[in-house]
Amino acid sequence: MTRTVLFAIAILAGLAILALAPAFLGEYGLGFMVSLMSYVTLATAWAMFSGPTRYISLATVAFFGIGAYTVAVFNETLPYPFVLIVAISIGALLATFVGFATLRLAGVYFVIFSFGLAELVRQLITWFEVNITGTLGRYIFLPFETRHIYWQLLALAAVTIGIGFWIRQTRLGLALKVIGDDELVAAHSGIALARTKVLLFVLSASLMTLAGAIQSPRWVYIEPAIVFNPTISFLTVIMALLGGATRLWGPALGVIPLMILFEWLSASFPDHFSIFLGAMFILIVFLLPKGVLSAVETRLARLKREANA
Amino acid sequence: MTALLKLADVSKRFDGLVAVNQMKFDIKKGEIVGLLGPNGSGKTTLINLISGALSPSQGSICINGKNIAGKRADQIARAGVARTFQLVRILPSMTVLENARVPAAFGAKAHRGSEIDRIALTHLKKVGLGDKADMMPGELTYIDQKRLELARALAAEPEVLLLDEWLAGLNPSELQDGIALIKELQSTGLTILLVEHIMEAVRALCPRCVVMNAGTLIADGPTNEVLANPDVVAAYLGDEYDA
Repeated sequence: MTRTVLFAIAILAGLAILALAPAFLGEYGLGFMVSLMSYVTLATAWAMFSGPTRYISLATVAFFGIGAYTVAVFNETLPYPFVLIVAISIGALLATFVGFATLRLAGVYFVIFSFGLAELVRQLITWFEVNITGTLGRYIFLPFETRHIYWQLLALAAVTIGIGFWIRQTRLGLALKVIGDDELVAAHSGIALARTKVLLFVLSASLMTLAGAIQSPRWVYIEPAIVFNPTISFLTVIMALLGGATRLWGPALGVIPLMILFEWLSASFPDHFSIFLGAMFILIVFLLPKGVLSAVETRLARLKREANA
Repeated sequence: MTALLKLADVSKRFDGLVAVNQMKFDIKKGEIVGLLGPNGSGKTTLINLISGALSPSQGSICINGKNIAGKRADQIARAGVARTFQLVRILPSMTVLENARVPAAFGAKAHRGSEIDRIALTHLKKVGLGDKADMMPGELTYIDQKRLELARALAAEPEVLLLDEWLAGLNPSELQDGIALIKELQSTGLTILLVEHIMEAVRALCPRCVVMNAGTLIADGPTNEVLANPDVVAAYLGDEYDA
C-alpha cells in the first residue's frame, strides 16, 4: 500500500517537473520536448497493440497523419475540442474497419498491409486535394504557442501510459497476455480473438490520431508529404522495440535515447540519416529482441542466481 | 437419456481430401468414450472440429441439443467444451496459477474477482499441482506440464472434456497416476472423449470405444467387442499383415 502511494507521488512529481519545463527551456529545447512527448505517446500506443499481439504495424503514420489533416481541414470552421473529437472518430472508424479486415492476416502480410495503408491514405488525400478541392497544402491557424502544444502532448502521453497501466489490471489485459503467449490456447479458453485485437487496435489508433491532431499546429502549413512521412512509423517501431514492447514503461524509455541520437544525426548528417535509421533498426532487433528492460532483467536474474549458488 | 454430445453426418474436406467422413455418434452425460484409430485416421481432426479449431464442411455437432458446428473456438469453449492438445501447450510467460485462471475468467461461467483464483486453485489441487501454483510452467516436469494443461481445461468447468493423447509420453508409473486421475474425474460426473493409443489405458478407462479409419467410423460399442472386431484389427494391423 505504502509502495503504491510512493509510486503515485513519484509519478505526480515527475509530471509536475515536466509541466514546468517550458519555464526553463528555450524554443529549441521545448520543440525537442514536443517531439519527445509525441513519440512517447506513439510508441506506448503502438506497443499497447503490437506488444502482446506481435503484429508489427507500420500504420502509425496513417493515424497520426489523419489526426493532423483533420485539424488542418476543420481548424477554421469548428471549435478546437470538436476538431479533436472529429479526428478521433475518423481514426477509430478507419481502425475498426482495417482491424476487422486485416487482423486475420498472418504477421508478415499484416506488416506490408499496414505500410500500404499509410501510403494509400496519403495518396487518396493528395488525389482528393489536387482534383477536387484544388489546394494541396493547408494552413492551421490556432492560437497555440509551443508550450500549449507541449502541455497537451504531455497530458496525452500521461493518459496513454495510464491506459496502458489500467489495461494490465483488467480482463482485457489478461486476454491480451494469453493471446501473446498462445492464440490457440486463448481461443479454446473462451477468449474472442478478433474482438479483443480489434478493440486494442482501435484504442491504440485513436491515441495516435490524437497525437497527430495535437501536434499539427506546430507545422502551421501542412501537406500530405509532411504528415504522412513513413519515417514516423519506423521511428515509433524502433523506439518501442528498443525499450521493450511488452513492458508498460519500455516504449517511453526507448524514446529518450533514440530521440537524442536522431536529433544529433539529422543535424550532423542530414543526407545519411536514413542509413543510420536502418542500421539502428537491424542492431536493435538483433541485439535486443525483447528490449532493454527485459535484457536488464534477465541479466539481473542471472547475477542473483550466481550469487545464491 | 438424451445425448450430451451428438455428432451427425460430420465431414471435413481439405480440398480433395476427405479427412473426416460422415462421422456419427452420441455421448451421454457422465460417459467416458475412447476415440481410437490408426495414425492419420482423422481423430485429431475430429477433436479440432468439435472444439472449433476447424469448422466442419457439413454435419451438425450438438451440445445439449444446441448445434455448435461452425462456431468459433471461443464460442464453443463458452458453450462448455474444453480440450487438451496432442503436444502440450502451456502459457510460458504466466505462472501455473495464472495458466489455470484463464479459462475460469473467460470460460462458460466467466467468473469475476477472487472467484477466479478459487476456481483455478481448486482444479490445480485436483490434479496435484496445489503446491506449485506460483512456479513458472517451464520449471515443471513433463507430466506436471500435462497436469497443468488438464487443470486448465478443468478450470473452464466444461460439459465435455476432449483429451487428445493426454497420456502419451508418460513412463509406466506416471501412466498409472494419469489413469487414476482421469478415473477420478469421471467419477465426479464429467463427460470425456479420449483419443488414446495406449490400449492399457483405453481398457482401464473406457467401457465404450468409437473407432475411425481413413476418416470413417468403423466401429462403435463396448471396448472388448470393438477391439475384437475384425475391421478394427485389420485397420490397426492391416498394413503389416498385408505386406
